[in-house]
Order: sequence, then C-alpha cells, then structure tokens
Amino acid sequence: MNRLPITKTPKVYVGGAFIRSESGRTFAIKDAGGRFFANVPQCTRKDLRNAVEAAAKAGPGWAKRTPYNRGQILYRLGEMLEARKADMADTLLLGGVSKSAAAKEITAAVDRLIYYAGWADKYEQVLGSVNPVAAPYFNFTVTEPMGIVGVIAPEEAPLLGLVSLIAPVIVSGNTVVALASVAQPYPAIVLGEMLATSDLPGGVVNLLTGLRKELLPTFATHTHLRALAAVADAAERQALALGAVESVKRTKFWKTEEKIDWFAEKAQSLYAIRDFLEFKTTWHPIGA
Amino acid sequence: MVRHAKPPQPRAKPKFSGAPHSGRAADSGACRMDFGVVFGGVQVDILPPMPPTAHAAFRRLFSEIGTVDAVGVEERVAKYTTRSIKKRAKLFGLKLAVSMLDLTTLEGKDTPGKVESLCRKAVRPHDDPGIPPVAAVCVYPAMVRPARRALGAAAPVRIASVATAFPSGQMPLKTRLGEVRTAVADGADEIDMVINRGAFLAGEFARVQDEIAAVLAACGGAPLKVILETSELETYDNIRAASFLAMQVLRPGDFIKTSTGKTSANATLGNNQVMLEAIRDFYLATGTSVGMKPAGGIRTAKQALQFLVAVKETLGDAWLTNTRYRFGASSLLNDLLRQIEKEKTGAYQAPYYFSEAAESY
Amino acid sequence: MPTLLAKKTTRPNRRSGGRPARELIFGDLWEYDPAPETVDPKLKPRYDLFIGGRFVPPASGKYFDSINPANEQKLAELALGGAADVDAAYQAATHAFNAGWGRMPGRERGKFLYRVARLLQDRAREFAVAETMDNGKPIKETRDFDVPMAAAHFFYHAGWADKLDYVAPGRRMAPLGVVGQVIPWNFPLLMLSWKIAPALAVGNCVVIKPATNTAITAVKLAEIFQDAGLPPGVVNVITGPGATGGILMAHPAAAKIAFTGSTEVGKVIMRSVAGSDKRMTMELGGKAANIVFDDAPIDQAVEGIVNGIFFNQGQVCCAGSRLLVHEPVAGLVVAKLKQRLRVLRVGDPLDKNTDVGAIVSRAQLETIQRYLDIGVKEGAEMWQPPCRLPPKGFFMPPTIFTGVTQSHCIAREEIFGPVLSILTFRTVDEAIEKANNTAYGLSAGVWTDKGSRILKMSTELKAGVVWANTFNKFDPASPFGGYKESGFGREGGRQGLLDYGKLI
Repeated sequence: MNRLPITKTPKVYVGGAFIRSESGRTFAIKDAGGRFFANVPQCTRKDLRNAVEAAAKAGPGWAKRTPYNRGQILYRLGEMLEARKADMADTLLLGGVSKSAAAKEITAAVDRLIYYAGWADKYEQVLGSVNPVAAPYFNFTVTEPMGIVGVIAPEEAPLLGLVSLIAPVIVSGNTVVALASVAQPYPAIVLGEMLATSDLPGGVVNLLTGLRKELLPTFATHTHLRALAAVADAAERQALALGAVESVKRTKFWKTEEKIDWFAEKAQSLYAIRDFLEFKTTWHPIGA
Repeated sequence: MVRHAKPPQPRAKPKFSGAPHSGRAADSGACRMDFGVVFGGVQVDILPPMPPTAHAAFRRLFSEIGTVDAVGVEERVAKYTTRSIKKRAKLFGLKLAVSMLDLTTLEGKDTPGKVESLCRKAVRPHDDPGIPPVAAVCVYPAMVRPARRALGAAAPVRIASVATAFPSGQMPLKTRLGEVRTAVADGADEIDMVINRGAFLAGEFARVQDEIAAVLAACGGAPLKVILETSELETYDNIRAASFLAMQVLRPGDFIKTSTGKTSANATLGNNQVMLEAIRDFYLATGTSVGMKPAGGIRTAKQALQFLVAVKETLGDAWLTNTRYRFGASSLLNDLLRQIEKEKTGAYQAPYYFSEAAESY
Repeated sequence: MPTLLAKKTTRPNRRSGGRPARELIFGDLWEYDPAPETVDPKLKPRYDLFIGGRFVPPASGKYFDSINPANEQKLAELALGGAADVDAAYQAATHAFNAGWGRMPGRERGKFLYRVARLLQDRAREFAVAETMDNGKPIKETRDFDVPMAAAHFFYHAGWADKLDYVAPGRRMAPLGVVGQVIPWNFPLLMLSWKIAPALAVGNCVVIKPATNTAITAVKLAEIFQDAGLPPGVVNVITGPGATGGILMAHPAAAKIAFTGSTEVGKVIMRSVAGSDKRMTMELGGKAANIVFDDAPIDQAVEGIVNGIFFNQGQVCCAGSRLLVHEPVAGLVVAKLKQRLRVLRVGDPLDKNTDVGAIVSRAQLETIQRYLDIGVKEGAEMWQPPCRLPPKGFFMPPTIFTGVTQSHCIAREEIFGPVLSILTFRTVDEAIEKANNTAYGLSAGVWTDKGSRILKMSTELKAGVVWANTFNKFDPASPFGGYKESGFGREGGRQGLLDYGKLI
C-alpha cells in the first residue's frame, strides 16, 4: 500500500498564532482538478474584531521599531518566501495556473517585498521636509503611521496582490488586518507561516479567510481601523465608502472592473507608502 | 526635557483670534499677571489660584540640582550590560549580592509560617558555608513579630518592615507614624517608608520632607529607607529631585529606594543610575553617605551583577557593601544560588535544586 | 568577605580645617577578571590583492607585515601593491562597468549589496576580532559598533539601488563609471562600507586602497564579495603603502575620487588632480568644539565628552577634541570628568571589559606624545587618571588639558589621540566665536536644556554635523561631512548618493 500523507489543516495567522474561526465554520476549497483539498476557516466579524485587537496590541511596538529594523524584517520575509518557493508554488497551482506562472508570481512577490524593505529607512528623507517659514522657527514635517489598516485583497494574483497591498502599509509602522482572496485563500494560509518565521512581531499582520459579503461591512465600520486599502467592485466600493464615513477612515480603492497588472513597475511605488501616512509639522523657536 | 510635574504656567494676556498681541488688555489695566483671563474688561478666574511657591519651588530645585537627559542615561547604563564578569570576579559579585539582599515577602496571604521559613532561608540560604546570610528580611508590619520569633534576638539577618501605609501611602499621617512605632516596638531593625507622591507632584516639597522627618523620629535609631516610587514620579528629573529632597533630611546609614514592587515598573538600571548619581553628588557636596536600594524587577543574577557594576563605576568601592546597597527581591536569591553553584561545579543548574523554587519542570 | 582596600590618595579622614575628606574610592575591591574574546578571526598567513574578482599576487612579488598594535605581534602578510597593480585594477573595474554593472537594473544590483550585508552579519564576530587585532580598538567597539554599522551601510544603500529616481527631484541619476577611493586606518571596515556601498548602489565600480596599517578587514571583505557572487571587477582592493594611494587617486581612469584622511594628505591629492575633470569628495580632519552650557544635563554631558574624545582612542576626525565649558559649571564638569576617567579601563583590546584600546601604531603614539609635550610647554595643565598600561603595545592613558586658550597649539591642531583640550566661555556668542575659530568645520557638540538655544547654535556653528545633547552618533541615513578645511561632499543619506552619480 502507498504511504498515506498527512494533510495540513489550514488555520489563519492572527496575533502571531494560527487559529480557527471563533465560529468553528469552514468552507471547502478544491484543487485544480476539482477534488476536495482542504477546509479553510470562514472567519466572522468577531474574528475580525479579535484581529483588530491583536493589531492594536502590536501596533505601538511596531511603530517604535527603528526603520532599519522594519526594513530588515521585511527583507527576511522575502528570504522566507524565496526559500520556500516550492511550497508557495503548490498553493498557487491549486488555482489552475501553470508552474511557470506560479514561479513568476512568487519571484515578483519576493522582489516586491525587497523593494519595500529598502524604502523603510529612506522614505522619510523624501516625504518629510524642513520648511522655510518666514519667522525664526525651525519648522519640520515628519511622517507617522496611521495605525491599523484594513486590507481587502484582490481575487486574482492571490499572493502578489496581497503582498502588494500589505508591504507598503506595514513598512512605515502600520499594522494590518487583511481579507485574503476568497476564491484562492490558500496562499494566504502559507504566507502566514512565512510571516511567523520572519521576525515580524505577532499581530502586525493578521490574515483572515472568509466571505466578502460577511466581512466587508465590519471592515468599513470598525472605528479602530483607520484606513482601508481595498480591491473591490463598484457596489462594494460604495458600501465601504459609506460605512467608512462615520469614523472618517482614509480609503484607497482599486477597481476590479479595471484589469490591474500587479506585475507592472507602477504596481509598487513610494506613494503606496505615502497613502498610509500622517504628516505632522512642528514649530520650534530658534534663539539663544 | 519634559517636566511632567510642573504646574501649568500662569496665563498671560489672552490672544484674540487674528490680532497679534497688542497689549490692549494692559492698556485697559484689567488683566492680572497670574491666573486670570480678561474678557471684555471683566476679570474671570478660570483656574484656582496656585500658591506661587510651588511653581518657584520646582524651578529652584531643578536649577540647583540639574536636569537629566533620558537618552543619555540609557546609553550610559547600556554600557554596564556589556561588562563581562567571569570566574572569581563573578563569584565575588554573586556572594556580595547575596549579602545585600533584603529577602522580601509582601503578600496579602503571608502567614507566620511563611515568614518563618523565609527567615530560615535568609540566615542559611544554601548548604554551603561559603555563602553568606542575606542582609535582611523585608515583611509587612503584622509579620514583624513572627520574624523576630524566628530569628531570635541576635541574628545575623536584620528585620526590615515596610510601613507608612505601604504601598500607596494614602493614609492619615497619624496612622502611618503609628505603624512605624509599632513595627519598631515589635522588633523591626529597619523601616522602609513611602514618600507622599501626591505632595511631591504638587510641588509641596516641605511637606514631603516634614513627613520623612516625622517618620525618622518615629524610627528612633532604626535605619530608614525612603521609597520614591519611581514609576509614579515617571521622569528622571523627578527621580533626581525626589532623591535630593529625601537625602536632605536623612542621616548617614539611611537609604533611598526605587520602588514598592507593587506597580508594573520597578527598579531599572536607568533609575538606579539616576539615584546613584544623586547620592554621589550629595555625598561630595555634604559628606553624608546615603545608601541605595533598588527593589522589584530584579530576578536574575545577571541583572544583579549589572546593578553592582553600576555601583562600582559610579560610587566606587565604599558603596559595595550591604551597609550602603541592598537589593529588594525574592526570587533573585535562587538565581544567585544557582549561578554560585554553577561557578563551583562548572555545570549549569536546574532551579529545583534550590529551596522555594517556583517551578519544578 | 575581603575588606575594603582603601585606595585613598593622600588625605586622612580628618583634616586640620575640620572638613571630612570626600572622595570616591575606585579601587580593586571587585576587580574584573580577564574576559578575552576567543572567537577565531580566521586570518590567513598571507593575503594577495583582489583584482577582477580573484586574489592575485602583487606585480612586485613583495609583501609587508601587518602587526597588532596591542602586542606588536605580526598578524599576517599583505601584498605590496604598486602602479602596475593599480593599472590592472582600473582595467578590471572599467571592464566590469562596461560589461554590465553600469547597466544592470538597480533592483538586481541592490540584491548584491543586500547579500554582502547579510554575509557580513553572519561573520560579524569573526570580523570584529580581526578588526580589533589589526587596529587596536576594543572588541566591545568592533562588536557593538564598527561591524554592525558597516553591515547597516551595505543594507541601507542596497535599498537605494532601484530608487535612484527619487534622489534628485527633476533629474535622473547615472553612474560615473569607475571611482578611486582611499580610506584611513581609524575605522577600517566601516570606512570600506561608507565608500563602497553608495558607489555600487549608484552603479559605479570601485578601486579602493585601505590604509597601509589596517588592511586585513579589507581583504576579508573581498572574500565576502566572492561569496556574494559580486561580478568580478566591480570592487578591486589594492593594499600597499601611501604612495600607491597617491597613484590610485591620480589615475586617469578614475571618473571620481573619494578620500578620507588628514587635511594635509587631502591637499596633496587635490594638487595632484588639479586640472583634471575628476569629481572628488574629501573627508578630512577636524578639531570639533564640544560646548557645554550651565543648564546642560551635566552627568550626561560628561558621558558625551568622554564618548566624544576617548571613543576609538580619540582617533576620529569628528572627535570632540575641544571642550568649551560655560564658566559657571567649569569646575563641576572637570571634576566629574576626572571621576569618570578613573573608571575607564585601558588595556588589552580583546578583553571585553576594555574601554580604551591601543593607539594604531608606534608612529601615531609618538605624534601624540609630541603634542602632550607641546601642551605642557605651552603652559596648559595636563591630567591623566592613574592607569596600568600593558607592558607591550602602543598604549597611553586618556589625557585632559585644562587652562587651554584658543592660541594654544593643542587647541588648533588635530592631535588624533585621546587628548582633550579644555577651554571656558562666558556667553553664547563667545562660545560660537571660539567654536568657529578654526580652519576645520567637521562637527560640533552642544549641551543645553534649552531647545531654542540648540537650534540657534546649530544655525551658527560652522560644522557639517552638529550633535545636540549627544556625540559621535552615526547612521547610514544621516549625511556626514565637513565645512572649510574639513573637506567637502557628504556621505550617507540621500545627500550622500548625489556625490556618486551624474545628474541627467
């Protein structure tokens, strides 16, 4: 008889640990051949609430790390992903893509992480400023992370899309609660394992799997989420924007109606970091 | 530099929106210099008048004793953690630390039985005659008599009692002094008191000092340790200031102490350093040598050695003795014993070889 | 328990005036045992030149000894590079630039630098021990500062390689080609990283000569370049005497030269390339003023003074070698400084408890001694804490001079050793005037509680780096460089990259 392999139980990476949904619910995912593959947690709004708590706990410490340290951690995440390309490729193959397409998506994701790692201790010099006011004051503008950011990943490019949204947000000291691609949640499950081994403090990134219609309303209205980065269709964007009003969230949307090329150079930039920064200007007299 | 404890500045003339400060109010002659605000010529008090002395007191004290740069202190103490203490020096340091321990139990659930077994361990920490007894046991006033019974009249270990409504100090002065007298009468050799933090932060320095003096009187000749409660003073500036205030009324042989151990932040190399420097400056200025006791948060032998390095490099050899330096700790003793045993045998030790170890895994 | 060994000086407890003696005893009641670092520096007996990605013997066939200044023992043999080797190096570098390094996408170029950073982090302790043995600085410093900071420079600049469009708004950056670099002996590995990392990040290739005295970590770093797979010829290391450095700087194939060293030698180099089109940056000497006001946090200021002039045995271009102390607190500061110096440990650099190590060479030690003699002759008062110096090696105790004025030689000339000249001042303007009264302008320190005064001083001081309530702080993101005869150009940060590219 052939050896029976041990199948992995997918759990979501929240607060630095791997958990099931508090509801106990799951939904089944299939492999490229249509066969049952695994049951993935179907997270609830309470799971989202708990993830936000975890992010809130991790936030102050993450924001206080030196930029160099955050850069090194993002780089190490790249190291982890690169070293386990094969594992990650298997998750992408479930979606029916070819081996070469999977490899392409993974190397792009690694390079994207390295790109943002390199910005960690540099963006301040480009975005901040010393301002030449017409009075004897030293006037300077510095950036600050906003806090906890909600991320809604695209359905396609389940690894690269997710990484492209998360990396620029956390590099500056924000924390993230993200909803993975619904159709292809498994790459996010394995990405969690790489996050856990990258020296990233628990709670800085929290990855949920589940259904958009169940979770988006809470993403929109939870007042402790200070911003949203969401790939959504017109109806979803409308709903998110409305829900975000009460807490004056900063929102950034990508339209699913428009084909997004996650591989393009334009898909990474300094300004993706800037979108999740506050700016603080201080005045201080100059004089004896 | 942040002066958290400073009372708000007196309000000067109000600024009306848009207009630069025009001196209009001064012309009208209707604005007071201190705490009022003028609206349309009518004097309005928006703050209760603060006695002018509190504000001035802070300014005078800080300008006399100087301020502390927190980042600078942290850098200085970080150097202590790079000292490599090995072999004979390590053994010397470990035994010195044992001799400096105020072995402490301050729990609501303390019983005479618990105190008795603590006293026995204090006198003979381990089956090794080379290990000295600790300096003192530290207990609540109600446990002084059981401690004295356990130790007898002439013990190598002293009895220190906390008093003055430890840890908060929030009781009438009469009650606090009564506690001190009772503890001394019951047989306490030393008293650990808490200062009035509320009074300090309000700038009522004379009151803080008067209370210490009153406790001193109630002690009779027993050495007094004055707990500043560094976590509530918050800034290094305040800790330095409170140190000087206390030392000005203390006698040689008394101590200043960091904390009660009952808040979430206790002794650190940083607050230890600030207090050691205050002791040094006070000694060089007046000749009075006051002792130092960090308390709470020192659990490992490694930490204890770092604190001793700080003493060695700041105050020198004269303070490397239990008449001038103590550790307020409980589980520290077991780790010191473990490390001493390791130095003797060369093998790392499991905690459960040492009595009263917390874990048996 | 041992009794106190009272190492009191002369005074008994009671004096005729009735005042009790007040002194702190920093004796040997609790002596630290030796704590030597034992990690193997993995030195080879002989190192060749690193040209075109390979270790090749020098054209002369000759080698010279590198010695450990702490015990005068030979560490290894280094290749005696000369003109022919410099030529070969520039050829290799030019070839590497044309063959692809200059055109490689920044993203990929950056990855090489990341690899170098990570490999250096892997071998950090080995490099720290090697550096300590070669230079004489304490293992505590190489372990906690030099090596981690060098790795950080590579890591930082790696991230710029694909972001050069953000460096010069409105313009794009292109590499210059091949750059020639000569570095000093005071921070051998760190200076390598300061020079090589930005040059490579922008797409240049490098020919670099480490200081004659201290080349071991340079040739070890070349091993890391090999392990990282750095394309051959991108970095070429030529060891050898000072004259070879001169040849390297004046070489026609260098589009740009970068020099860190003394002002005197910098001027020689500038003369040798005058009239050529070479771009240059110079990071030269300094005589920084460390200014302490009466409202400064005094204990931390004293620590900053000590860090400023005794860190690295004072062999630092930006050392706070002049203390300008506000008269009201001058006595207090000097007293506390003397107390602090009594606790500084001078000794074997490989001992983890050593604070002050050996001077880099006999020649440098003799130079410093000459300045001590000058200082005494000029009428300043010299003080040194009691110190037990090792019997061999180039050691000296930390030294301070009080009663110094601006006209004294020891207040004007760079000594490059653990020697502090102490002057006083009465007003802010006087402090500024005295601080700026020098041909140099590399760095300065300001100690005060008043924020507006910090900013005023920072505005008025003619120095490229101003440290407020701290000293000798460095970061890859923080631009470093001087005014006036301390040189021109900046290293570190966005500003530092501009010196390694052309704007198009």
